[in-house]
Amino acid sequence: MENGSRVWKYGDDVDTDVIVPARYLTTSVPEELAAHCMEDIDSGFAKAVSPGDVIVAGGNFGCGSSREHAPIAIKASGVSCVVAASFARIFFRNAINIGLPILECPEAAAEAENGDRMSVDLASGMIRNLTRGTSHAAAPFPPFMRGIMDAGGLIAYVSAKSSAGSRKGS
Amino acid sequence: MAMTMTQKILAAHSGESEVVAGQLIEARLDLVLGNDVTAPVAIREFERIPGAAVFDRGKIALVPDHFAPNKDIESAEQCKAMREFARKHGIENYFEIGCMGIEHALLPERGLVLPGELVIGADSHTCTYGAAGAFSTGVGSTDMAAGMATGVAWFKVPSAIRFALHGGLGGWASGKDLILSIIGAIGVDGALYRSMEFVGPGVASLTMEERFTVANMAIEAGAKNGIFPVDEKTRAWAASVSNRPYVEYAADPDAEYERTITIDLSTIRPTVAFPHLPSNTRPASGSGVVAIDQVVIGSCTNGRIEDLRVAAEILKGRRVADGVRCIVFPATQKIYLQAIREGLIEAFIEAGAIVSTPTCGPCLGGHMGILAEGERAIATTNRNFVGRMGHPKSEVYLASPATAAASAIAGKIVDPEEVLEAPGRRG
Repeated sequence: MENGSRVWKYGDDVDTDVIVPARYLTTSVPEELAAHCMEDIDSGFAKAVSPGDVIVAGGNFGCGSSREHAPIAIKASGVSCVVAASFARIFFRNAINIGLPILECPEAAAEAENGDRMSVDLASGMIRNLTRGTSHAAAPFPPFMRGIMDAGGLIAYVSAKSSAGSRKGS
Repeated sequence: MAMTMTQKILAAHSGESEVVAGQLIEARLDLVLGNDVTAPVAIREFERIPGAAVFDRGKIALVPDHFAPNKDIESAEQCKAMREFARKHGIENYFEIGCMGIEHALLPERGLVLPGELVIGADSHTCTYGAAGAFSTGVGSTDMAAGMATGVAWFKVPSAIRFALHGGLGGWASGKDLILSIIGAIGVDGALYRSMEFVGPGVASLTMEERFTVANMAIEAGAKNGIFPVDEKTRAWAASVSNRPYVEYAADPDAEYERTITIDLSTIRPTVAFPHLPSNTRPASGSGVVAIDQVVIGSCTNGRIEDLRVAAEILKGRRVADGVRCIVFPATQKIYLQAIREGLIEAFIEAGAIVSTPTCGPCLGGHMGILAEGERAIATTNRNFVGRMGHPKSEVYLASPATAAASAIAGKIVDPEEVLEAPGRRG
């Protein structure tokens, strides 16, 4: 994507209650959740977001409730990647497990502004801010987590393992 | 190499003689928990696993508590999906509403979590069981699904922050004020990815209920888990809920901690977290004039019998201020019945409060006490994020049962000492 993706920029401590408010948790249909994504901090997001856009945020993104509905809503919105200075740990696990790409990069997160154009290479972790003409490398994932992502998420990973008869730890 | 208490439990459950911070391990699970919001998503994922079967019918707990009793047709469908899954797979620990409660009060009460055990739950407040000397942590629905199928989960071994507690709480100060003070000091990401290990002579002065409250809110500092050492109070509690054997783990004396924070419990005062972060704390006595529309006493954080006793002690013989709605939620059916027998429910109703069946309800803006635009609530719950209890322009102030009850009488946020002549339950 030569022109890069549009950046939606948010601050620190974006919690899962604002990513998808609990009043909508009576459904888990991804498209229905996406219709309310970010609603309580950015009421225009759900309507204006385009496939491939990038969410960029400060520290502790996804804090609070463990609801997997939050990364599901973001993924179903068409967002291609979330770049943050840091992630809350349950959100981090959930994103890996459902195959929502995330990258931790404080420098890229601090520099980006709402509306910037950004290009993200998930394989290398290279984040290019086309508006500012800068590049930053995100910390690479450990091989174990790449294994889960390469398998297409935790369920595919577990399924492959159990069919290989290598279940461990009982 | 020396290990923290958390690391000892993780090592024992992964078949390793030792683990170090940062290591990725696969650990055996003693219990996998889900509720009516998270389990339906987990069930959908579980059924994608070819030939999926649960790893152990006795080691899965399913609790309809968030939107239960069913608040609408959609939530009824979610509860039904969980109920049918429980029947199909013979899940032993499914709790229909007649024997239900808020999951993190219910599971310890039922003896389903004991010291040294390893628990994951698809609910962020699963960290509550660290009070019992267990390792427990919140995960998402997909982790729950994989846990139900395999009985194992992957973890990154956490480093730890040590909280050395000295002295004892005084006046109306409680475990809630302690954990709010800690979150106020270190921030909502102050323990991100880490364990919070509570140690020191001050631990003995905390009741089990207070320890559950403290561990419950470890997630509000970003922690992976919060954990207390096993002592005489823990053993007495464990014996009162179960006759299952358990293993006690203790941190090595020379275990490494990222830092140690020393706290003199006698300095803790009634504390309120202002909107919109649990770390935005101030002394209750310095709140200024914050008029309130609603008071919520209950939740997985503060809905235990001791919490209700404190609230009833303050409300008994007094009146909830005109124009204030005060809602009390006992956390489980057993606690509810105990509160009836002790006359606490009568005290609440005579004071002008209402009492609800156990549910997570208003804490997450689900049902049973939603706030309108511009309304303010003081609540003994755990989160005050934007829109948490209702309208995005409503406000939630977090506090202890004593502070919430006293504020209900005053109609504004107060330190309990401001409305009560007694110097506090601990004198």
